[in-house]
Amino acid sequence: MQTRREALQTTAAVATAIASVGLLPQAAHAAFDKAAFSAKSVADAVKAMGGSAMTESADVKIVGPDIAENGAVVPMAVSTTAAGAKKLLLLIEKNPSALVASFNVTADVVPNFATRAKMGQSSDVYAVAIMADGKALFAKKEVKVTLGGCGG
Amino acid sequence: MADPMRIRAQSKDGVAKVRVLMSHEMESGQRKDSSGKLIPAWHIMEVTAKLNDKPVFSAEWGPAVSKNPFLQFDVKGAKPGDKLTIEWVDNKGEKRTDTATVS
Repeated sequence: MQTRREALQTTAAVATAIASVGLLPQAAHAAFDKAAFSAKSVADAVKAMGGSAMTESADVKIVGPDIAENGAVVPMAVSTTAAGAKKLLLLIEKNPSALVASFNVTADVVPNFATRAKMGQSSDVYAVAIMADGKALFAKKEVKVTLGGCGG
Repeated sequence: MADPMRIRAQSKDGVAKVRVLMSHEMESGQRKDSSGKLIPAWHIMEVTAKLNDKPVFSAEWGPAVSKNPFLQFDVKGAKPGDKLTIEWVDNKGEKRTDTATVS
């Protein structure tokens, strides 16, 4: 007959196995990825979000103005038509930290999200779709800023 | 307590276009005050939405999202009369939940 210790060890092993497959529900605040949001470069932020090498793709779209008059409030939208996307990221290359927002793609929403972001200076803006297999598909667009939005 | 969120959710052909305007300072952590000290970052970290109590949307935000954040997304399977609940949590642990009816 199994001792309690053995039973607990089995449970822990099974839980680890399930967690590594990604089936365990996540705690609500475990979701905010501090490392990804502190990453300086686009590539580092994408890697921290589970993406591998970035590939430009016509299936991902970044929408934003060519010229933003006010860098504090620049409207942007990220979308993808690629099936199997898990996350859609919005990144601003020249911001102090590149990652602006990460939207989880679920079966209940259309993978098309819009918000407004602060841009410190003219920069490339990226939409990156992190796929289930870790591929990172992206589109980028240059947005010129006449008045920077980070204050000072 | 922050001002209430303004939420508009209009459904058409089974998809509701949701637009939210939240009230939050979204301090980037880059600005300095008059004595030259950095004003600490204070921003919404997580936004979630439920359609009739079923989670349908979640996102993580950094401090670069603009002050008084705007958010737009489309929820599938929404009908007029459905309840849409939006909640945000910021990096100080403050939160705010508001509900609207899909029209």
